[in-house]
Amino acid sequence: MKKIHVTTKINGDTVEFLCDPRETLLDVLRDRLGLTGAKEGCGTGDCGACSVTVDGRLTCSCLMLGVEAEGHEIGTVEGIADGEELHPLQKKFIEYAALQCGICTPGILVAAKNLLERNPDPTEEEVRYWLAGNLCRCTGYDKIIRAVLDTAAEMREAS
Amino acid sequence: MPEVHLWSGLRALAGGREVVEVEGRTVGELLDALVAAYPALKEPIEAGVSVAVDGRVIASALNEPVRPDSEIYLMQRLRGG
Amino acid sequence: MALDEYKPQKGGSELETDHQFKYVGTRPDRPDGFDKVTGRARFGADMYAPGMLHAAILRSPHAHARIVRIDTSKAEAMEGVKAVVTRADFSKNVPFAPGMAGEFWNILENVMAGEKVLYDGHAVAAVAATTPLIARDALKAIEVEYEILPHVTDVDEAMKPDAPVIREGAADKSVPEGMHPNVVRYHESGHGDVEAGFAEADLVIEDHFTTEATHQGYIEPHACLATLGSDGKGELWCCTQGHWYVQKVCAALLDLETANLRVTASEIGGGFGGKTTVFIEPVALALSRKANRPVKLVMSRSEVFRATGPTASASMDIKIGMKKDGTITAAKGEFRLQGGAFPGAPMEFTAMCAFACYNLKNVHQVGYDVMTNRPKQAAYRAPGSPMAAFAVESVIDELCNRLGLDPIEVRLKNAAREGTKASYGPTFPRIGLVETLEAAKAHPHYSAPLKPGQGRGISCGFWFNHGGETSVSLALSEDGSAQVMVGTPDIGGSRASMALMAAEVLGIPFEKIRVTIADTGSLGYNEISHGSRVTYASGLATIKAAQDAVRKLRQRAADKWGIDVEAVDWVDGCAVPSGPNAGDFDPLPLAEITKNMGATGGPISGHYEATPEGAGVSFATHIVDAEVDRETGSTRVVRYTVVQDAGKAIHPTYVEGQFQGGAAQGIGWALNEEYIYGPDGRLQNPGFLDYRIPVASDLPMIDTVIVEVPNPGHPYGVRGVGETSICPPLAAIANAVSNAAGVRLRDLPMRPSRILEELEKQQGDA
Ligand code: FES
Ligand code: FES
Repeated sequence: MKKIHVTTKINGDTVEFLCDPRETLLDVLRDRLGLTGAKEGCGTGDCGACSVTVDGRLTCSCLMLGVEAEGHEIGTVEGIADGEELHPLQKKFIEYAALQCGICTPGILVAAKNLLERNPDPTEEEVRYWLAGNLCRCTGYDKIIRAVLDTAAEMREAS
Repeated sequence: MPEVHLWSGLRALAGGREVVEVEGRTVGELLDALVAAYPALKEPIEAGVSVAVDGRVIASALNEPVRPDSEIYLMQRLRGG
Repeated sequence: MALDEYKPQKGGSELETDHQFKYVGTRPDRPDGFDKVTGRARFGADMYAPGMLHAAILRSPHAHARIVRIDTSKAEAMEGVKAVVTRADFSKNVPFAPGMAGEFWNILENVMAGEKVLYDGHAVAAVAATTPLIARDALKAIEVEYEILPHVTDVDEAMKPDAPVIREGAADKSVPEGMHPNVVRYHESGHGDVEAGFAEADLVIEDHFTTEATHQGYIEPHACLATLGSDGKGELWCCTQGHWYVQKVCAALLDLETANLRVTASEIGGGFGGKTTVFIEPVALALSRKANRPVKLVMSRSEVFRATGPTASASMDIKIGMKKDGTITAAKGEFRLQGGAFPGAPMEFTAMCAFACYNLKNVHQVGYDVMTNRPKQAAYRAPGSPMAAFAVESVIDELCNRLGLDPIEVRLKNAAREGTKASYGPTFPRIGLVETLEAAKAHPHYSAPLKPGQGRGISCGFWFNHGGETSVSLALSEDGSAQVMVGTPDIGGSRASMALMAAEVLGIPFEKIRVTIADTGSLGYNEISHGSRVTYASGLATIKAAQDAVRKLRQRAADKWGIDVEAVDWVDGCAVPSGPNAGDFDPLPLAEITKNMGATGGPISGHYEATPEGAGVSFATHIVDAEVDRETGSTRVVRYTVVQDAGKAIHPTYVEGQFQGGAAQGIGWALNEEYIYGPDGRLQNPGFLDYRIPVASDLPMIDTVIVEVPNPGHPYGVRGVGETSICPPLAAIANAVSNAAGVRLRDLPMRPSRILEELEKQQGDA
């Protein structure tokens, strides 16, 4: 099939690529652009490992076609840190051991950051429901939830 | 001489005996002696056994020493997750 | 050699009991944390090679069928298709043998079907093409003609006389005469006289239980990147719990020299036993050899469900007798497990673990390994044990209820201790079950008031743990930092615990130590990361390798001071004279010795390899509060506490994480997860939407209590911690449901429809 030219912004940079109209945004990010932070856990929108933001909205990149990215702004885990300075969520995830194998971590960080941007003071229940689309098989979520709640508290104090 | 306890499933292959006495100073020597005494045990032993020596489960090290008074149990080979 | 020259290690010999820990037991940041929160850690599917092809596998749509014909010519002719393989492209020298003795043949048969397809999802052919889309299209062009055969997917059905035979001659000699050919292995063990024991009991309960197959559910699908030339030399990158094992199996299946295939383990996105296996790696290698290009092969989620290891499903009969005072007089269990179309269902562990928590005069257990038309089962966290705990601990709970006894007191009364003859034979060395029960009893959770509609359940669990072949190297740098190379993939923070143990021995800060997972070309054989063996065995080897380096450091100091090495001690990262008689020298720090090690005898490194066999068994007690909605039949876990003996927690945070993760998987197994087969023998729920693992909003926080009863077989007392945590949850939740709603669920999962059914029966009875 003939490839289509797409222009988009990824983590703040303008990016152009050619892709087959059947390729997902996740395929493009990983296989064409070398951004392998987003993972494919299912390809059907059920695990959240591929989470990215599209114009600030949390999205499963496996459910969106690459060609649909035209003109939109994409945010991935690679864009969470500010240069060499990790985002507070990233630091807390390490401190709390909120990851074991770490395959779910990129998606969960993208999702959690998106939550805190909307709601700087979420309850435990709100965090649990917001992250309900991000599967983690290793941790039982306990340390993830604590890390997110503590980051939120710290960021509120700092601001 | 060390006494080796067999799990029930093996007893039919060792003349119905639950405990057999064989000579050996290591796990490997014991297993060899068992096969020599009861050739029918060759297949299950080759398929994989663990040997509990004084309560420690030896999964593969044939050079583990045993004493004449050690408590020895054959067990099916351990596999984990 | 005289007999008395042998010095068998009779418990206690390894344990350094007087050790005051400086690093072990602290909670530093894991060394690989940065990579994993920034997205730069490279997992199985994150590797690319120049000129790489993409592969895809054609899988059987039938549960059981004879392959009459495969025609790959149309696919081969497609533009962009570079290679197609079928069974003909694999070794013909792998011998068939019955039972587990033929495991390599079983793996080959599973990797690529031979004469028959044996389950829905069984691989039939594979394609490598220039893009993933072309590879997928090419699969559709492969023609396969099947002759459909009758199938069976249920364990009890598969044992019936008229059940279709999966494979003649697969049974080994353990199977008693007259059993169906699908029964391929048999186990029997126990001691005492169970009938006499039952006669002594005041109450005997006999009951039937079933558990469905569940999947390990790691979030990362199997993935690999293979390069193999017709010269027989290759490179393989893959996500696995054991790359030496992958190397060995792939070499056998493709007629290679093992050493000519170098395997590198990627970061691994979960395994839980499910990646102690080989599925796609030989296929990618065969395609690469044929195409003479690197080949990447990544499974889809539905392939993971259809064709990789779920657990065995189980059908079990339990009979236990108890006196009015709570003494168990006898226990008997029969365990029938199906492990798919190959031998290997872990029924012997189900049987051996079933009653291991108790001190029993009379006990008898029987296990059957049964083949069905399902995928080849794989290990899953304490393989075989959780289902046994579900059945046994449910019956014990029922006995306690009917006799009006406290479930923890009864377990304490009967608990296995040091010196107890285990239900599986040997005498227990020092173990920690009683300590977990006491800690559970003392925990505020156990006495907290319950709300209406809630019930509390407890359960114990047991797993063996494991040692296995292990090889570790440690090299010191001139600036006094250290690199440790281990051969066991880091699934859940093991780099951190290795670094802590090395820091402890060397006496240098944790941050100065870098732990690398070595490839198969860099170390000797390391057994798979399984059986909770990593912290135990790689940890022990790391300690010994560091001690080896310390010995050499002491030697350098001794040389410098002109004294005997025996007169040099190693304290807090420095060589010091061992006493006033040794001489008066200032402490010599490690970095001072390494600074000019090139000029004082060359590089300093430490090495250790062995098959450590001192793994310590571990026990857990869980407390759970559950709430049952009588309208919908749904169950919610509202409070959960894990109490487990870790022996010694090297990095307590990651130990807690293992406890919590196992509990969460157990909750899924108890309430939601199951393999559902249709009448056509096809898997009906091969996706996370219909195979529902617990999500964040399903679970409460999971409290943990780390009990430390040291394992005499490890210098610091480590027992494995990864597996035991999945054993108690199934029964603990069933017991909580029984106390909450007055219904006893004997079949897992306890999905709402089953609970409603029981509630209706309860109404009918009332
Ligand atoms: S890969 Fe997109 S949701 Fe699972
Ligand atoms: S840390 Fe492994 S899936 Fe979340």
